[in-house]
Amino acid sequence: MSTANSDVLGGRMPVSKPGEPAGPGATGRPPGLRAVGRRLRTGELGSWPVAIGLAVIWLVFQSLNENFLTPQNLSNLALQIAATGAISVGVVLVLLLGEIDLSVGSVSGLAAATLAVLTVRNGVPDQVGILIVVLICGLIGVVHGLIITKVGVPSFVVTLAGLIGWQGLQLYVLGPQGTINFPYEGFVAWLTHTNLTKASGWGLGVVTVAAYLAALLLDQRRRRAAGLPLRGIRQVVFRVWLLAVGVAVAVAVLNAWRGVPLALVILVGFVVGFDLVLRRTRYGRSIFAIGGNVEASRRAGLNVDLIRISVFGLASAMAAIGGILAASRVYSAGQQSGGNDVLLLAIAAAVIGGTSLFGGRGSTYAALLGMLVIGSITSGMLLLQLGSAERFMITGAVLLAAVILDSLSRRGRRASGRE
Amino acid sequence: MAPAPILSLSGISKRFGAVQALTDAEMAVHPGEVVALVGDNGAGKSTLIKVIAGVNPADTGEIRWDGRPVSIGKPHDATVLGIATVYQDLSLCDNLDVVANLFLGNESVRFGALDEIAMERRASELLNSLSVRIPSVRVPVAALSGGQRQSVAIARSLLGEPKVVMLDEPTAALGVAQTAQVLDLIERLRDRGLGVILISHNLADVKAVADRVVVLRLGRNAGEFRMGEATQEEIVQAITGASENAVTRREARVVGAAGATEVDR
Repeated sequence: MSTANSDVLGGRMPVSKPGEPAGPGATGRPPGLRAVGRRLRTGELGSWPVAIGLAVIWLVFQSLNENFLTPQNLSNLALQIAATGAISVGVVLVLLLGEIDLSVGSVSGLAAATLAVLTVRNGVPDQVGILIVVLICGLIGVVHGLIITKVGVPSFVVTLAGLIGWQGLQLYVLGPQGTINFPYEGFVAWLTHTNLTKASGWGLGVVTVAAYLAALLLDQRRRRAAGLPLRGIRQVVFRVWLLAVGVAVAVAVLNAWRGVPLALVILVGFVVGFDLVLRRTRYGRSIFAIGGNVEASRRAGLNVDLIRISVFGLASAMAAIGGILAASRVYSAGQQSGGNDVLLLAIAAAVIGGTSLFGGRGSTYAALLGMLVIGSITSGMLLLQLGSAERFMITGAVLLAAVILDSLSRRGRRASGRE
Repeated sequence: MAPAPILSLSGISKRFGAVQALTDAEMAVHPGEVVALVGDNGAGKSTLIKVIAGVNPADTGEIRWDGRPVSIGKPHDATVLGIATVYQDLSLCDNLDVVANLFLGNESVRFGALDEIAMERRASELLNSLSVRIPSVRVPVAALSGGQRQSVAIARSLLGEPKVVMLDEPTAALGVAQTAQVLDLIERLRDRGLGVILISHNLADVKAVADRVVVLRLGRNAGEFRMGEATQEEIVQAITGASENAVTRREARVVGAAGATEVDR
């Protein structure tokens, strides 16, 4: 049964080009090098370019300033990317649909302002206030989605109106007194000014790796029981080893300063959680399908409008969470919350991390990786005592490189798809 | 040939504003039979297909399924009866792998999560049973050739266990070898006892796999031929509506043009 399957699946079409590698009959999934070769040709690069780019950036900054790769600087970096990273996770979802949300910056500012007004001025408990704010902003996203799907206005324009309008509402909510401070000892401030103890940092790391290993082994067992081709044992070991080393290094470095920041745990939690939703649920599969081919999704019976609306809702809710984290970090919400380059960096991070602007390709890890790149550039520039001028130019160049890579790999996909 | 048709249409008329797209059209398909629906551009082939698929219901006429009259008012009705349609533009998501495309909108779920293993297994079995050859069920369909993509699209239509499959120009964009692959697949559908309605411009393909040819011209039935009993000329004549036409004139001009089989290419 299993051999018959792999024969057929591993078999090559008689008309395919000579030299085209046959699919791997033994594993069902392309192993190591061959897969990389195929991905290069077909434009399925995933996160590799940004991971390599990040390594290069780190090496360059470390060679220019030995303080760059220190536990203190890396801990600060982790804290700095948490807020915009959370916003970027929502942007990834929208980009996967092939849409855009320009309002996330304003919505994050509105969220921070509303939370401050609710909790500081009106005495609503912090946790309740956060819940209310996230829900309100989710509804804002739903309104965007309704206008986009039911009226048929392009998301670019609807969310551009949102960008301006919600910023106005933010100013209105704050009133004449421009800035509201959160108490230093409150829950909101606690969110980004807390570190896990060293032991719980290690514990969390061990649990993460163990959970990943268990999921892989369980998958292998079910595949074997179903008579499906298995992943090579080397591949399993390599993946677990890679994750374990990554987690161990991260925890060790962060523990060498003040411990793993809670804000980073929150961000990674959202990244991993949404990644599981995207790859392991029907809902997530629908998002990818709509980003790939709307008409095919409609014919397959997916409720395209509902999914689009819900994604805009999620993006705005994530923007709210990012806005709250940002406010927590500076102990205040004000007229400038969510302004400046928050929107641009959130979108840039998603794209730099490898999410396609054309829809249907990417993952929430792109938000994390992209934010690490942007945060590293910012942090490195500060260490080198360079100003915003250089920072913007370099970030812009990196973004441009990412978009060019996206377009090139799209061209590669087309070429190989046409065959 | 089974005695009773699984699907039969009679007296089908459809008007779009001032245009009478179909007048009293009829056709039938039996289990294990490939019926080719041919006709010139604008002859009403697509309109008839859309009537059967429930996309554009007919104004008047009767549709019988397994002998009893049914009404097909929306695509869902056709699906429930057991009619699957594979459209010309394939309806595949390039960014998803073969398994995801096969089960799109119809995924297996286990504890709230996608049951990839069950789906991959069923996909392998299905493609295996149809002798569809692809590198791996886990490659994105963007990486497949045109013939492989068409095969995946046809295989997907079989997941709902239909009794009738309609294929709209399945070989239109394919090369010679890939066309042969798809024609093989059509024969396998017939061997499974499915009724197949094949819309094609390519008389060579029609000749290769069809058991019967239904010709439409200007929205009316213009002839019906059992393959092997009709000559190419007769079919062309029915399509164009005259024994003296551009195609025959051209054939008369070109010596030894008996091999010229393609119309409208």
